[in-house]
Amino acid sequence: MLLNQAVAHPRDPDARRRATALVVAIIVMWPLLVIAQFNPAILFDAKNLATMAAFLRGFVPPALSAEFLGLVMKSALETLAIATTGITLAFVVAVPLALAVTRSLSISRIGPGPGLWRATALRAVVRSLLTILRGVPELVWALVFVRVLGLGPAAAVLALAITYGGMLGKVYAEILESTDTAPARALLESGSPQGAALLYGLLPNAAPEIVSYSVYRWECAIRASVMMGFVGAGGLGQLMDQAMKLLNGGEVATILIVFLLLVQLADAISAHLRKQLA
Amino acid sequence: MSFQLHRVSLVHPNGQRALSGVSFAAQPGERIAVIGSSGAGKTTLLRLLASALRPTDGSVEVLGMRPWQISAGKLRRLRSRIGMVHQAPPLPPRQRVITAILAGRLGVWPWWRSLLSLLYPADIAGAREELARLELSDRLFDRCDGLSGGQLQRVGVARVLYQKPEVILADEPVSSMDPALADYTINQLVTEATTRGVTLVASLHAVDLALRWFPRIVGLKAGEIAFDLPPVRVTEQALRDLYASESGPLPLHGEEPFVLPTRALGRDAGRRKSSCS
Repeated sequence: MLLNQAVAHPRDPDARRRATALVVAIIVMWPLLVIAQFNPAILFDAKNLATMAAFLRGFVPPALSAEFLGLVMKSALETLAIATTGITLAFVVAVPLALAVTRSLSISRIGPGPGLWRATALRAVVRSLLTILRGVPELVWALVFVRVLGLGPAAAVLALAITYGGMLGKVYAEILESTDTAPARALLESGSPQGAALLYGLLPNAAPEIVSYSVYRWECAIRASVMMGFVGAGGLGQLMDQAMKLLNGGEVATILIVFLLLVQLADAISAHLRKQLA
Repeated sequence: MSFQLHRVSLVHPNGQRALSGVSFAAQPGERIAVIGSSGAGKTTLLRLLASALRPTDGSVEVLGMRPWQISAGKLRRLRSRIGMVHQAPPLPPRQRVITAILAGRLGVWPWWRSLLSLLYPADIAGAREELARLELSDRLFDRCDGLSGGQLQRVGVARVLYQKPEVILADEPVSSMDPALADYTINQLVTEATTRGVTLVASLHAVDLALRWFPRIVGLKAGEIAFDLPPVRVTEQALRDLYASESGPLPLHGEEPFVLPTRALGRDAGRRKSSCS
């Protein structure tokens, strides 16, 4: 009998581990749903539906006066400028940090060679620095900088540079480690410096993903700069804040439409760049 | 002395023993073929010589330096003087052939040259010349993902030729090529080593290529050197013992019947005393 079973076919040795992971995930998730007061039925309650309908009815018709449209365009441009400058600064912050934590670009790991302990310690320090940078929400940084620098876009730009620098750095490093590392390794083994191994060994494989993630983060930065506008950091958000306070639904609707167009634009740019790099 | 291994052993992190007590040295300009069945330790031996692996035991000296006792900067410069042809060329699929070849000199180029070369290739003539030697110059501006396995291997060879290293290591460099092309490519590596007087160590699965082109044959079996002889003294029995773990005939690259050579092939093949261990 025992012999028969052994001959039939071997069992998947990982099946038990997968099943355990699934059960644990469900056990952990369920209380979280309860804590988050997740109950979709509330949405469809008659009274709540009426409240929502009244709120949304205020949105039509969108405000389309030439004067207001001019104001929206000016704010949209400001939002674009905040997001673009912010993401550029974040890129400058992220690249050296990402290089420092990417293990596949470590020369001392080959062998291992001289300087291994120093390099490992440096990676740990930079990794926690990245956590600190992205751990504090950009809205909090914006509040701090609005106090220091006064109302206006400069606060939002700095807030984006810090938080998004941390996010970009972490994800760049992860992208660089998940692509095929053999080309970079071969270059390092023939004496290439780290930067050259990145440019000639890792980036050709990783560039499309890095570009698409960066453009997506730019899109997120547009959204975030709108949020930061609510705390006085300029752009579309500040305009929307004023419209909401005056209960002017039409103006809010116009701003939201412009906003959707911006996100569409980001999406189109991303698709185009990816096609170019494929 | 081009390199010297003294009683070198290597145990991989997973506990697998790849080499044990290997002593092996070469003078500048020597051409050595390392043969043996798969898993005998050929790749490990080459990676030790390339300073890419650190021995568990014993000492390694390459180009007069002990790679694991020098500073990081010196080790990097030492590595830039050693060229490695990989069996599976580690080239990014989206990279163009010209960029892949020029990358051979990244170890000696200043950083700004490496950077500018991505905007406009720094040395088109130089890269084309090496590729032409492998009869592939029409693919200079093609992407690597458009090339066949054998063509990629030739790009890998061209990169090392362009690097102009003082030691050329080649790990089964012609495994994806047909017999005529394999012969031609080995000829190019041998010519490069002879004209520039650099050391060439190639691991080859195929016995006929090794015996035809190399004046010194090292047989590796289960992580130990089984013999170290000029080709005229390599007997059929020694080869049968070397490949005892593989059933069937000896692994050859060509299809024609294989006859052991009876005379010296290279200038210095007959002169060297055997150092069978």
